[in-house]
Amino acid sequence: MKPSRLTACGEWVLDRFPLASLWKDHMTHYYAPRNFNFWYFFGSLALLVLVNQFITGILLTMNYKPDAKLAFDSVEYIMRDVSWGWLVRYMHSTGASAFFIVVYLHMFRGIMYGSFKQPRELIWIFGMLIFVALMAEAFMGYLLPWGQMSYWGAQVIISLFSAIPVIGDELSLWIRGDYVVSDATLNRFFAFHVIAVPLVLVMLVFMHIVALHEVGSNNPDGIDIKKLKDKNGIPLDGIPFHPYYTVKDLVGVGVFLIFFATVIFYMPEMGGYFLEHANFIPADPMKTPEHIAPVWYFTPFYAILRAIPDKFAGVIGMGGAIVVLFLLPWLDRNPVRSIRYRGGIYKKALALFVISFIALGYLGTQPATPVATNVARVFTVIYFGFFLLMPLYTRWEKTKPVPDRVTEELSFEEQIPALMETFEEITEITPEPVDDGQHHAFRSVFFSRRPNPEGMRNVATRLAKKLKESLD
Amino acid sequence: MKNLITLLLLLTLSFGAYASEGVELQEADVDLGDKTSLLRGAKHFVTYCLGCHSIKHVRYLRIALDTHADEKEVLKDIAPFGASIYDPMLSAMNKHDAERWFGTQPPDLSLIARVRGADWLYSYLKSYYSDTKRPFGVNNLVFEDTAMPNPLWQLQGEQHIETRKTIYGDQKELLLAKEGVLSEKEFDLMVNDLVTFLVYVGEPTQLDRQSMGKYVLIFLFLFLVLAYLLKKEYWKDIH
Amino acid sequence: MNNEGVDQSKRQFLTTALTVVGAVGTGYLAVPFLSQMQPSVKTMAAGAPVDVDLSKMETGQLIRVAWRGKPVWVLNRTPEVLATLKTLDGELRDPESLESLQPASSKNAVRSVKPEIFVAVGLCTHLGCSPTFRPEVSPPDLGEKWKGGFFCPCHGSWFDLAGRVYSGVPAPTNLEVPPHRYVTDTLLIVGEPAEGESV
Repeated sequence: MKPSRLTACGEWVLDRFPLASLWKDHMTHYYAPRNFNFWYFFGSLALLVLVNQFITGILLTMNYKPDAKLAFDSVEYIMRDVSWGWLVRYMHSTGASAFFIVVYLHMFRGIMYGSFKQPRELIWIFGMLIFVALMAEAFMGYLLPWGQMSYWGAQVIISLFSAIPVIGDELSLWIRGDYVVSDATLNRFFAFHVIAVPLVLVMLVFMHIVALHEVGSNNPDGIDIKKLKDKNGIPLDGIPFHPYYTVKDLVGVGVFLIFFATVIFYMPEMGGYFLEHANFIPADPMKTPEHIAPVWYFTPFYAILRAIPDKFAGVIGMGGAIVVLFLLPWLDRNPVRSIRYRGGIYKKALALFVISFIALGYLGTQPATPVATNVARVFTVIYFGFFLLMPLYTRWEKTKPVPDRVTEELSFEEQIPALMETFEEITEITPEPVDDGQHHAFRSVFFSRRPNPEGMRNVATRLAKKLKESLD
Repeated sequence: MKNLITLLLLLTLSFGAYASEGVELQEADVDLGDKTSLLRGAKHFVTYCLGCHSIKHVRYLRIALDTHADEKEVLKDIAPFGASIYDPMLSAMNKHDAERWFGTQPPDLSLIARVRGADWLYSYLKSYYSDTKRPFGVNNLVFEDTAMPNPLWQLQGEQHIETRKTIYGDQKELLLAKEGVLSEKEFDLMVNDLVTFLVYVGEPTQLDRQSMGKYVLIFLFLFLVLAYLLKKEYWKDIH
Repeated sequence: MNNEGVDQSKRQFLTTALTVVGAVGTGYLAVPFLSQMQPSVKTMAAGAPVDVDLSKMETGQLIRVAWRGKPVWVLNRTPEVLATLKTLDGELRDPESLESLQPASSKNAVRSVKPEIFVAVGLCTHLGCSPTFRPEVSPPDLGEKWKGGFFCPCHGSWFDLAGRVYSGVPAPTNLEVPPHRYVTDTLLIVGEPAEGESV
């Protein structure tokens, strides 16, 4: 058969561009460990959100006006007069928060399974740089709607730079381009937000993935799958990324999009966490809102800033909270990667760290009462303790033996029978009052059941025991 | 661990105390699907509010489209004389006069419902009381020393403030001292219509958004089910 | 890994089904994304019909109004001009306005509802420049043959005072006449079709 025009055209391209080998190296012949679990969805989801931010961001730029006099109204113009502008804007604003949710979970995965350890230190560093770029991007993007929170948030954060000795005041003046946050600041933040930082982000994401595909993915067991290979040189515990993880990630994408769409269509403000109420008031340089708080994804760091009773030290503390994350590969002295085989001390430390991170996040959204500030101090100490004491406690750690091969984990659908059993244990069937002759299977499973205190106690005890065991 | 729990308890308590400060708000009953309520609210707004407050982000055309009302009817019944259907709801008041009379410029109300919330607006409009110390002779229980005079006083009547001592401390109460043109029930309904309209102008797309949402979610569930089946099919190779 | 006993047709079916659903979803998302580049309500509001008061208009006068951001000319033609228009047919590309855009009420020899009042969109049908109004006869720069009309400075197209294009110039059709109607004898609305016409 004569090759068709299309095939010929395709071959012309393939002779000149290594599309086939790129696809092969990074998809069909990139071997990923077979035991990825729930936590491994967030990398691909972060990429999805990045694409979402790019597309919606470009569309917003078409109608947004980076001018202190016009910015606020142009956002409302997008929300009302531009066809479908509201959808694009909500996708962008919800996407910003979704980005941080996904990235925080992705980072937690890395900490939990030791993905930052040798030989993946550089992946972690690139990832952390992405995180910093993302924070810069989000911070500058938040000024653009030019509402009260945008304005005063930027004013506060830029003033942080003035805490730096000697050059501080000059530096913050230079960043603003004015004595206060003003039109000049808005315009340059717009330039950074739509051009400079996105370019940096794309480059960093590229390097993050290149570095990952060079050394290969870690896994929940923290095992190096390249040690054991079959006769063709394929890791015994590896499976091709495509199709197995592409189809699996599609399921993750589906679940994610359902949450994403629910927020966009039913709760775009997310109770004032994704879009703050005070940001619907145009920026007023003469009047600070009564209670100013950054958007939720900055609040842990903001709480650390407020907890330290000295301006310069506060700024150092806030910056340090991010810097210590960079140092993680060298702070953790234990060669065992996955939390599954690590000692109880590390598990407890990590649990404390997560609690303090969430608590700081909550405290950052609240007014700084004396009690709250003291509590924030305790959590700040825990936050830093987790990192700075790590070289000590990770040395004393009693680890468990790491297996040679990855372990099988029960998937969600395989856990359903056990969940149903637990449900049956904590409830009891009440006698049906009238039998109308029809069979209600669903009703007998759910609605005719009442809580069973005895069973609930048993389940709670078992859970507590299990939790205690898992922390040892 | 125990210390931590104590701390957390302390934390919730301290914030609980913080949250209970201020006046308890009355609940507005906002139903944006009720187009007649919306149109009544729009008419009340033009009659009582547009003198000072603009809603610069909403055009009369938008109200007609969203309430399925006839454009000509909206122009005749709601818009002030001489307005075009494409005009935004702009107040005719001049900036300098406003500053002379009220000491401040009346804010644009396009987004007020998204800033304050429906319940706050509803309670605010109902909580004016006589106070001779204020320039306009009225004060407000929800927003103390507000610069705005009560535009609805003829309808509501005159309210007085009473302080009652209770075990929780002093509680302030508003009592109707002089009957207004409307009964209490009629007045509540009117304020509710007004608040409904303000919630609507805060985000005119919110009804579209919600009605669209379910189709998007149904579609995404379909996507998820297919994606799950495909994943299961491929992963047979591995398990 | 075990690839034996795989039901390839089921895989193929599910892949196709998911691709179709994904494509439909992307399509549905593309509609709002593309339509947000359409003119917004504000633009449409700015494109609302425009009132033109003719009561103070002198004979021979041209006024310009903006409709949808485009210049619209309203010209009050003198009887001499109307007489000249009848003599020009031989030099024009489309004297009967068969290929040109105008509402039915203006599809006649002088291209207007009332003979003396000519309404047209002041943009050349060639590449969109706005022609200049040159009512004088035989000026030195345009030469003997110029009988008064509109001259496009960009690419040299000639139009007579009924907006009809001459032969041998780049512009393909006569100037566009926008929808318009008379509310009273001296009040004109540009942008609204006359009764019984569609835009």
